[in-house]
Amino acid sequence: MNNKQTLVVIGNGMVGQYFLAELVSSAAKDRYRIVTFCEEPRPAYDRVHLSDYFAGKSADDLSLVEDGFFQNNAITLYLNDKVVSIDRQRKQVLSANGVTVDYDKLVLATGSCPFVPPVPGNGRTQCLVYRTIEDLEAITAAAKQSKVGAVVGGGLLGLEAAKALRDLGLETHVVEFAPRLMAVQLDENGGALLKRKIEDLGVTVHLNKNTTLIKDGEQCLHKMHFADGEMLETDIVLFSAGIRPRDGIARACGLDVGVRGGIVIDNQCRTSDDDIYAIGECASWNGQIFGLVAPGYSMARSVAAHLAGQEQPFTGADMSTKLKLMGVDVASIGDAHARTPGALVYTYQDGRADIYKRLVVSADSKHLLGAVLVGDAGGYSTLLQYCLNGIELPENPDALILPSRSGQPAGLGPDALPESAQICSCYAVSKGDVCNAIAGGCATVPALKAETKAGTGCGGCGALLKSVLDCELKKAGVEINTDICEHFPYTRQDLYNLIRVGRIKTFAELLDQHGRGLGCEVCKQAVGSILASYWNEYVLEKPHIGLQDTNDAFLANIQKDGTYSIVPRIPGGEITPDGLIVLGKVAKKYGLYTKITGGQRVDLFGARVEQLPVIWKELIDAGFESGHAYGKSLRTVKSCVGSTWCRYGVNDSVGLAITLENRYKGLRAPHKIKFAVSGCTRECAEAQSKDIGVIATEGGWSLYVCGNGGMKPRHADLFATNLSKEDLIRLIDRVLIFYVRTADRLQRTSVWLENLEGGLDYLKSVVIDDKLGLCDELERQMQHIIGSYQCEWKTTLQDENSLKRFQHFINSDEADDHIVHVEERGQKRPAQPHERRHFQLIEEVA
Amino acid sequence: MSNWIDVCTLDDLQPDSGVCALVAGRQVALFYLARIQEIYAVANFDPIGKANVLSRGMIGDLGGEPMLASPLYKQHYSLKTGACFENDAIRIATYPVRVIEDRVAVKMAGE
Repeated sequence: MNNKQTLVVIGNGMVGQYFLAELVSSAAKDRYRIVTFCEEPRPAYDRVHLSDYFAGKSADDLSLVEDGFFQNNAITLYLNDKVVSIDRQRKQVLSANGVTVDYDKLVLATGSCPFVPPVPGNGRTQCLVYRTIEDLEAITAAAKQSKVGAVVGGGLLGLEAAKALRDLGLETHVVEFAPRLMAVQLDENGGALLKRKIEDLGVTVHLNKNTTLIKDGEQCLHKMHFADGEMLETDIVLFSAGIRPRDGIARACGLDVGVRGGIVIDNQCRTSDDDIYAIGECASWNGQIFGLVAPGYSMARSVAAHLAGQEQPFTGADMSTKLKLMGVDVASIGDAHARTPGALVYTYQDGRADIYKRLVVSADSKHLLGAVLVGDAGGYSTLLQYCLNGIELPENPDALILPSRSGQPAGLGPDALPESAQICSCYAVSKGDVCNAIAGGCATVPALKAETKAGTGCGGCGALLKSVLDCELKKAGVEINTDICEHFPYTRQDLYNLIRVGRIKTFAELLDQHGRGLGCEVCKQAVGSILASYWNEYVLEKPHIGLQDTNDAFLANIQKDGTYSIVPRIPGGEITPDGLIVLGKVAKKYGLYTKITGGQRVDLFGARVEQLPVIWKELIDAGFESGHAYGKSLRTVKSCVGSTWCRYGVNDSVGLAITLENRYKGLRAPHKIKFAVSGCTRECAEAQSKDIGVIATEGGWSLYVCGNGGMKPRHADLFATNLSKEDLIRLIDRVLIFYVRTADRLQRTSVWLENLEGGLDYLKSVVIDDKLGLCDELERQMQHIIGSYQCEWKTTLQDENSLKRFQHFINSDEADDHIVHVEERGQKRPAQPHERRHFQLIEEVA
Repeated sequence: MSNWIDVCTLDDLQPDSGVCALVAGRQVALFYLARIQEIYAVANFDPIGKANVLSRGMIGDLGGEPMLASPLYKQHYSLKTGACFENDAIRIATYPVRVIEDRVAVKMAGE
């Protein structure tokens, strides 16, 4: 294989890595021996989600490189080493560590560096930038000895950086040279609303500020001086005022560079040397530098295709963006500033919900040229499709941004999209590609993702992908089987309605009337949950017991060795010292392993099934109740300490959390439900990652819905603001019962909302505007559930018949001799297989 | 040689649910499928989860075959044959059951 040519790729950032992945999956793979240089100590990672690093993601979580990628594809990787010069005559590169490599083809993916304005004092200690994981580590270290941080630059990256500082607990300032935030993407009104929203979150924004000098401060490490004479004291200065292409080695070897910097490339991404390509932020195409990742990916695809002998020219890129900045939705499409001659503008502003939308349309009102969305970017996908595909606008284009009070949301059906419409911009998958894959047999979203890669990048196109799939399957006459299992030809929602309308109270009745066979664990659990949500009878009654999964059946959480854990309810996470002592005493008495849960309570592990009633008797005598940790039901309402103690607290978050937890405890639902209440916008209770989140503001409570942590995190959506406690509770009652009624089995609120036709707007129209006339009924049902609440453990302890089940053997008092615990860190835990062998050996010897 | 061993009364069983019995030193899971008036007995040890928990699994049928779902990792086992639906290589022991005048007995292979 000596006839292979050598391809050198300089830079292993997001675009460099994407290029390698494209290349090794293309026909060019066998033609080249690939060598790549990465100057950072780790290969490519996700810079777009860099601020997640502060939210707890590790460097590994952010990695973009699959395990074994370089080895499996025989790519030579020089980590921690960068190319310092290119000798174009000898076609050779030289690295900082002295490595020389001869190349046949060379790809420059050197990226960009943060622009640091030439302000005197910009090199002082704790004057930092925000681009690499090392930068983040430096920021984290600096934050430990700081109280105040200021970001220079109010663009997209600047605001991301501000979020990072805020998350680190600093008093945060944003200093922007222009008269508004995100000046490139937003118009004046959009920028003003964004500023207000960000200031509501506790970040101070300074506009029209030209920093002229940084020197010693009095209260803080630095004092920033501005051209208008004002000053700002801060401990950290974070520069995020744009990027500059890293074209140094290209300049040094004589390649053409643009007037504003950047290595000049043609439509094949070739530089002025035919054997050298440049891609990503280091390249200048048509005088433009693209500071987003999608155009870089697009360039990478062009080069990979070109090296494989194909043509896939780069012809510019759409710079539309949609993102969440500190929880605020912001989107900008196309000609947001209406610079096209004759362009017409429509705007919509909702002062109550803090939403701003602007449409820019062509002079003949036929085509969408651009848009700005702040506060609610729900219409982004539809608008982007109109804009990119030149789809003719409806007669009244403003319908696209006005709230849909009349019924259907003003969406664009997938049928209206042309074949060329781009569904996934990360992987450039068109509607035609998706339709071909469906015609080829892909009948589910996961299958489509595996086949086309659509939806596997940022994931933003997931809903659109699903709607294209459903639409195509429907057109092909394929019936989508949504039956819950082989025993019932119905969805969970159908079963719910059958039970409600037929007033069915047991699984046997339902099976007789509407099902077949004996049932299985899938339909039994779903029906058990529906019966509990609707009738709220004791779950261990004879007709219901067989519908409960082992956790519900024993009112505790089964662990790997068949023992159970016990979680008493601690509403709002508030507990007295006496309460803690009881938990400690009980744990000690029964030898239980104890751990604090994420929901601010105490989990007691290692109880044998026959111990559960005696332990619970002691807990109930001490005033505790079941915590329902075993159920698909309300778990906890987490809270911060709030205005009672905290000097920043705006309202009594603990008090509200206790009220909410006591109100909704015991509510059975399609899946578990978690709440949190924060006493101010610092959001220490992390309410925006919960199914129901509440945050105190000066004007009242803000309600967030359908957030999730866990496997697939989802930021909760702002549902309503400035609520009184009564109004807040009314809305939560309605949202929860509507969820219980309409969700699929085991569907968390986050996924439920994403699949709810019409999305958040629809949910608001049902719950706030009472479009379906359901609200009274929803509230009545919640009243019924609250009124029939019982502590399941209290009921169980009073029921001889139920207690009989809590023994390991029906015919013996012996315990299960297979359960073996050993000690670790001063507590018990289940023995591992090798420790178990050791244990048996000792027994045999004895 | 094998023996019928008296275990408990019919009333001790839980309709459409399971209990565990100690039969000649072995842990046996007993399931009472009230709808078809059948009682099945299988080994209580979960060969995948490696714990004595199968009596706490949910029961029903798959394609007409009476089955039990492991409470730990949800594999399905035939109550008639003990075969694992998800893994051909795994099978749990099954035992004959009879009821005479409300007494439930399980037949064990002799020592």
